[in-house]
Amino acid sequence: MASVFTRMMSGRGVALMLGGLGAGSFATSYLRGDSANVTAQEKTKLYPPSADFPDLRQHNNCMASALTPAIYSKLRDKCTPSGWTLDQCIQTGVDNPGHPFIKTVGMVAGDEETYEVFADIFDPVIKDRHNGYDPRRMKHPTDLDSSKITSGMFDDRYVLSSRVRTGRSIRGLSLPPACSRAERREVERVVVQALSGLKGDLSGKYYSLGEMTEKEQQQLIDDHFLFDKPVSPLLTCAGMARDWPDARGIWHNNEKTFLIWVNEEDHTRVISMEKGGNMKRVFERFCRGLKEVEHLIQERGWEFMWNERLGYILTCPSNLGTGLRAGVHVRLPLLGKDTRFSKILDNLRLQKRGTGGVDTAAVGDVFDISNNDRLGKSEVELVQLLIDGVNYLIECEKKLEKGQEIKVPAPILQFRK
Amino acid sequence: MPFGNTHNNFKLNFSVDDEYPDLTKHNNHMAKALTKEIYTKLRDKQTPSGFTLDDIIQTGVDNPGHPFIMTVGCVAGDEESYEVFKDLLDPIISDRHGGYKATDKHKTDLNFENLKGGDDLDPNYVLSSRVRTGRSIKGYTLPPHNSRGERRAVEKMAVEALNSLDGEFKGKYYPLKNMTDQEQEQLIADHFLFDKPVSPLLLASGMARDWPDARGIWHNENKTFLVWVNEEDHLRVISMQLGGNMKEVFRRFCVGLQKIEDVFKKHNHGFMWNEHLGFVLTCPSNLGTGLRGGVHVKLPKLSTHAKFEEILTRLRLQKRGTGGVDTASVGGVFDISNADRLGSSEVEQVQLVVDGVKLMIEMEKKLEKGEAIDGMIPAQK
Repeated sequence: MASVFTRMMSGRGVALMLGGLGAGSFATSYLRGDSANVTAQEKTKLYPPSADFPDLRQHNNCMASALTPAIYSKLRDKCTPSGWTLDQCIQTGVDNPGHPFIKTVGMVAGDEETYEVFADIFDPVIKDRHNGYDPRRMKHPTDLDSSKITSGMFDDRYVLSSRVRTGRSIRGLSLPPACSRAERREVERVVVQALSGLKGDLSGKYYSLGEMTEKEQQQLIDDHFLFDKPVSPLLTCAGMARDWPDARGIWHNNEKTFLIWVNEEDHTRVISMEKGGNMKRVFERFCRGLKEVEHLIQERGWEFMWNERLGYILTCPSNLGTGLRAGVHVRLPLLGKDTRFSKILDNLRLQKRGTGGVDTAAVGDVFDISNNDRLGKSEVELVQLLIDGVNYLIECEKKLEKGQEIKVPAPILQFRK
Repeated sequence: MPFGNTHNNFKLNFSVDDEYPDLTKHNNHMAKALTKEIYTKLRDKQTPSGFTLDDIIQTGVDNPGHPFIMTVGCVAGDEESYEVFKDLLDPIISDRHGGYKATDKHKTDLNFENLKGGDDLDPNYVLSSRVRTGRSIKGYTLPPHNSRGERRAVEKMAVEALNSLDGEFKGKYYPLKNMTDQEQEQLIADHFLFDKPVSPLLLASGMARDWPDARGIWHNENKTFLVWVNEEDHLRVISMQLGGNMKEVFRRFCVGLQKIEDVFKKHNHGFMWNEHLGFVLTCPSNLGTGLRGGVHVKLPKLSTHAKFEEILTRLRLQKRGTGGVDTASVGGVFDISNADRLGSSEVEQVQLVVDGVKLMIEMEKKLEKGEAIDGMIPAQK
């Protein structure tokens, strides 16, 4: 039951309130005397926020763009009910200055309350990352009705595979950067128990990372299902790889078309996929599976983290809203070399990746094409956008094959009016 | 994490069984020593600066270790860690440091005049000599735990102290953050530059946070005395030179350390030290003297002798490749240094290196002439 895990207000906030000494006089006497037993609370007065403010001059990430000494000063000594602090949120962004061309987010949430307690820094970062979405004024639409999708069958001569992924967090348990071993194991228990209730084409099996046999491991590798301990410093600096591989695992249905990662970057990552271009079916299974899992955890008193400002709550602010990346592996030998390719993608609100996923390069002429946006548009809207966009790209490819002219489409509007 | 681990209180809502790490595949000192009873006893404790048991052991949980190499698997976050968590750290210290007991006293001897010989190691075999140790500044938390403000304060103090040195110790500080390309290339060419740790043993303990903020390298003009600031410890102090004059290296080491300590003491921030553990450092393996005195020495024949390992063990020495810890030897050249840190003094440890290397060079010479060395194999020191 989520309510069992009552949040204790830590003693820290109380102690800070009691501190009444002026920083100047205290600091002086501290530096003059023996400092062996200065407590944590006293130490915070010795090091005012300005002493701790990170040096972000070489940094290029959303956190560094948004964090000011004033915001830091206001938030440094706060923490969420479970004790998660600002410094812990931003550590990954401090440790990873970023790339001149790629703007990473640079901060993570430790729990659901992070987005509230530290709203002064998360709101501008969300705005920056999600095209101006303002969590204070706007509402995020959630729509998992796959029957609304049209033209969801791609030309198989171009689209090799179709995939939709998202993440879900279990309300009441801390997120991967912050969770203790007990919480992580609880997430695993809750999710695995729910998944064991799936039936029909969704029935499947769980493989714990720490306990799988060599044979199971090899099979999962061959199926391209196995995820390994994160190596990206963006993730490891955020603390989400602690205690690996404890309570991590992979669940998939017998047909290998519905897959769930447990306790990687999020509590769960949910993936629906299949070879070929039937995106409609992939999305239908995605929605059905998600609803089933939600129903099964609700039966036991759990629910997903969600609110109407931010949609589904996940570890990285970039995945708020729908957390949805719908994509295809598509052959575009001619269009891929056309100088207008990037502009066409931009206007269609799509992005390209290599076939190894984020931060990989395209191999041959096959591109991973997926939606850019996550927050401010519903799941149905984003998948339709992806479908319409990919159909347009295929049309362009066909035109180029015949030596015909292609057009850069008008840019799609950002948010519903 | 700096200044209080409030999250620890939240964890106490969960049972020991739910929180206890799975160490079944682990092979490190922490995994050997930790039990559910100890975990239960210590889980709700914190040092005054807020370092907790889970902070201590995280690196050992994340790095199961190697079947052949026994890593320590835990770190201290401050001086008090060794007191508050002694129920876990004492058995680890004992296991790592040859049975050192909780009641034992450690002797510190930095009087270089007590070293006998060491100025006559054969330069045809000994390519270079080096002594290093670490020092922690009392009153500040250690690299796994410190905040940016604290780390910067350590840097400021260290640089002030080092810049006050003169004579053979006159030198310059190069902060990692602001180095010019030219300075960086020179430091690399001199083999002085240290980079952000890549070892997961170090990363998992949190000591690389905020890199390269408040990290830097100081060295004297002669390039024979070098100090690392805020890498794995507050200070790593290194004395080195080409050739085999370990006596001179050790003299400069002791004199330099004393001068630095004097400056820190004037500001009422001496080094962390106590008579049980000696000098207090981040990793329990470096307690005591924190001293690794060694040479790069050519032993192509001896190193392939069947009894090489046994000879090293008896001499209380260890071998490494010329790239340092966890590297392989190149061209028959080995890094030979003392194995002990706690329970014997600096002079005693460097003496072992001097005497042991001298003996091994004699053995190498005998082997070159095709003679046997069985009669020279020493008793266990």
